[in-house]
This record gives sequence, C-alpha cells and structure tokens, in this order.
Amino acid sequence: MSKHLLILGGGTAGTMMANHLRRRLPTSEWRMTVVDRSDKHLYQPGFLFLPFGKYEESDIIRQTRDFMPRDVEFIQAEVDQITPENHAVTLKDGRELKYDLIIVATGCRTAPEETAGMLGPKWRVNVHDFYTLDGARALRDKLADFQSGRVVVHINEMPIKCPVAPLEFTFLADTFFREKGIRDKVTLTYVTPLSGAFTKPKASKKLGHLLGDKGIELVTDFVAEKVDQENNKLVCFDGREVPYDLLVTTPTNMGDEAVRRSALGDDLDFIPTQKHTLQSVEYPDVFVIGDATNLPASKAGSVAHFESETLADNVMLHIQGKPLKEEFDGHSNCFIESGNGKALLIDFNYEYEPHEGPFPFSFGPLKLLEESRLNHLGKLAFRHVYWNVLLKAWPLPGISRQKKKPAEA
Amino acid sequence: MNKTIAGTEIDVNEEGYLTNASQWNEAIAAAIAVEEGVGPLTDAHMKVVNYLREQQAKGAALTIRSMGKSGVVTTKELYDLFPGGPLKKSSKIAGIPKPVGCI
Repeated sequence: MSKHLLILGGGTAGTMMANHLRRRLPTSEWRMTVVDRSDKHLYQPGFLFLPFGKYEESDIIRQTRDFMPRDVEFIQAEVDQITPENHAVTLKDGRELKYDLIIVATGCRTAPEETAGMLGPKWRVNVHDFYTLDGARALRDKLADFQSGRVVVHINEMPIKCPVAPLEFTFLADTFFREKGIRDKVTLTYVTPLSGAFTKPKASKKLGHLLGDKGIELVTDFVAEKVDQENNKLVCFDGREVPYDLLVTTPTNMGDEAVRRSALGDDLDFIPTQKHTLQSVEYPDVFVIGDATNLPASKAGSVAHFESETLADNVMLHIQGKPLKEEFDGHSNCFIESGNGKALLIDFNYEYEPHEGPFPFSFGPLKLLEESRLNHLGKLAFRHVYWNVLLKAWPLPGISRQKKKPAEA
Repeated sequence: MNKTIAGTEIDVNEEGYLTNASQWNEAIAAAIAVEEGVGPLTDAHMKVVNYLREQQAKGAALTIRSMGKSGVVTTKELYDLFPGGPLKKSSKIAGIPKPVGCI
C-alpha cells in the first residue's frame, strides 16, 4: 500500500511543497494531499497596493487548484486537530486523515481580538487593517473618500508577516495623498513597538532620512494597551496617547487556530521548529514551513521559497532514513516600496543584516539597499514571477537558497 | 568593540549591547542600568533580567507578550521598571541582544 504525505495549508509554502515533492516522490509509492479552508489563492503582497487602487482584485486572486500538480488531492476543509502521536489529522467535518509524513504550512493570521478595544464598533469605520482581503478592500474605500486628518500607521507587536509592509504602506500613503493634492491636510505618523522604524545599523544609517524627508512622524517603543475608539486614540501602557482620524493597524499575528487546538505551538501559536532543517523540534515525522514556524526569520514568501528548497531535500533524506541537511540560513529577500515610484531591495539571513551591493549577480542589475525605479518595476514584475515560477517551485535564476556572503563583510 | 564597565572589559556592539552573554554579571547589569537612567536595580528589576536571560538561553524569542504572560511582571510594571523602552532597556541590562525588526 502506498504511503501518504499530507500538507496542511495551500498557500505559498504549501503549494510550493506540493510542486517540489510531487516531482520527486513516485506516485506508485506516495499519494499526496493538500488541505486548506479556502479554494482561493491570494497574492498577499498585493494587499499593500489594493488600498491605493493600484491593483484590482482580479490581479491577486486565483484558484488554489490551478497551482496544484496532477496527482495531488486537494481537500477544501477546516483542520480541527493534528495528533502527531497517532499520525492523524481530524477535519472539522469529522473526517480523519492518516499520514506517514506531514508538512504544516498553515501560515499566520491577524488577531485583532488580542488588543483591547481594537474590534470595537469603529473597526473598519476608522480603524483599519490591510493584511486581509476584506481589510484591504475596506481601506481602499476609506482612502478614496479621505480628505484630511491624522493618519496613524501602527504595528501592534512583533513578529508580523512581511515586517516592512507597514512602513511601505506609510511611504505609499505619503505619495497617494500628495498625488491627490491633499498632503498638506494630512499628517502621517508611524507607531512601532520597536526602538525605530529601522533597527539594523546599516539600514538605519542608509534609510533613516526617509521618514523625515517625507514629513512622517515617528513614535517608538510604543506597546498599545488599548485602542480607545470613543476618543479616537491609541493608548500605550506607559500612558502615552496617539490621536488619529484614521488608524491603519497591523494587529498581533498568530499561528493558525488548529495549531492551538493541537497544543503544538508557543504563546503565539507558532510551532517550535529546528532553524536549519525545518523539522519539528518535538516530532520527527512533522515538518513545518513558512509563517507557521517560530523561526527567527521574516514571515514572508521569499523565506518560504528558500525554505521549500531545503525542506524538499530534507523530506527525501528523511524518507531514506538519512541525516537531514542543516542548511536553511534564514535567507530573506524583498522589495520595499519607498514611494514616488521607487523601491529598495534587501537581502539578509540569520547572520547578515541587510547590506549594500549588486544583486542577484556580481554585476547587478539590481542594487541592494538603494532606492531606484528599477527596484519598483521589479516589485511589480514579481507578481508574474510569483504566479508562473515561484508557486510552481521552479528555480529563480541567480537566486540561491542560501544567502551569498556580502562582498564587504 | 570593547568597553570597560564596572571594572570589567566586555564586548559590545555599536549600540552598547553585550555580544558575549557569558561576560555578563550583576555588577555590569547595575552599571548599565545607571547609564540607561533606570537607576539602582531592585529585586523587581532583577526578576525581569533573570527571566530574560533564562529565556534567551533556551533560544526563545523575547517579546513583551511573553513577559506579560510569564507571571514575572505585567506589561504595565515593565514600563514602570524600565521607563522609555521596556524591552530595549531590559535587554541591554540583561546582556542579551536588542529586539529588532528585519531592517
């Protein structure tokens, strides 16, 4: 009888793993199943542009099944619990799936309920988010009518998915209001629990001027005790208050609720994972990838992409009873919109902070940690790469799973 | 880079965070606390500092949330103990890396 590989989650990481492993596991020996609550695949980087009317919904929504290889069964269902002791997963509809090997790619979610007052009566009236499709849509409608006032962009607590997105949102908002001719009637404030908008020395030195240049006010070391919706202000545990007319918040991020029901996660429902192999710390037949892990890497699609290459090798090694590769180095790579049709590109890992230099080849054509139009075009082009290359788990030319050492380091 | 504090030479990064946790001791913690304007360290401060060091040694990510739920201290008390920057100041005093974002 053939063995069963089960993948929980049909997002970026789960889809890439299905494509990697279906090519490498003979169908006569392994059947494969992917489970996800949704049959839609969302291009999440598009949520950053949707509120400004730059993307249409049709640009960012596809059918999950269209990216699954043949001979992978897709089940649309809600996972109830994972019980690694029994090699079983129960679904909310009562079905039980037995597996020989499981990959948990259940991602992360925003949890606005974690902050007092956030989900009050003005949620999505003047308290908005853009990390969900519904949130990005509601914010688009809000911004279309916005004429003047205090706009506050807020990070509730770390870690968050795509950690630079709130800052990018702030830069894009500056451009958006300027193009609408109302920048002088709008104040922009960026509120973070960290000690700055940029916390790594090289990025801070190189990019620290951007906020001041754009007239963006910065509030640091701010941990929100509550959102006071009655008086339209954010309140910090130390008593500081930031008033707003429009709050664009990034709620606390947590792992999937199925992880909590299965008692597999930490206090944010992220699953303890070995940082170089992607095997669960607790269970050898459980592998974890993408936003669902507790790794000290960014929660981002590029990270899932680099992880997927190591994990595909490690799943094969594990099946053959061989030692796993201690290979994943925390590699992350992303375009950062800086407004005015420009963007930055950063590349880093567990060891090296974002630095300057050419990318992806020794001659470029892109430059790291520098604002340019080319990087912005790269970010826009990346959507096509995502749908056509990345999800199908084809290699990206010049971009290796492990980070190349910076030349000047 | 090196820095001499409380009569001991220690390795620190450009922002003054220890880069070698094994060089830490309570006298160093007390001296950093004075530099950071936290003042003399009380038992309440030390409970937080020791908790941070234990968590760091276990490889756990340090967050305001995990401290607030640890039973050691509430988030509000944390701000009272380390005014102006509870996580960054307590981390510096505990001799562990600064909490950072990706850039």
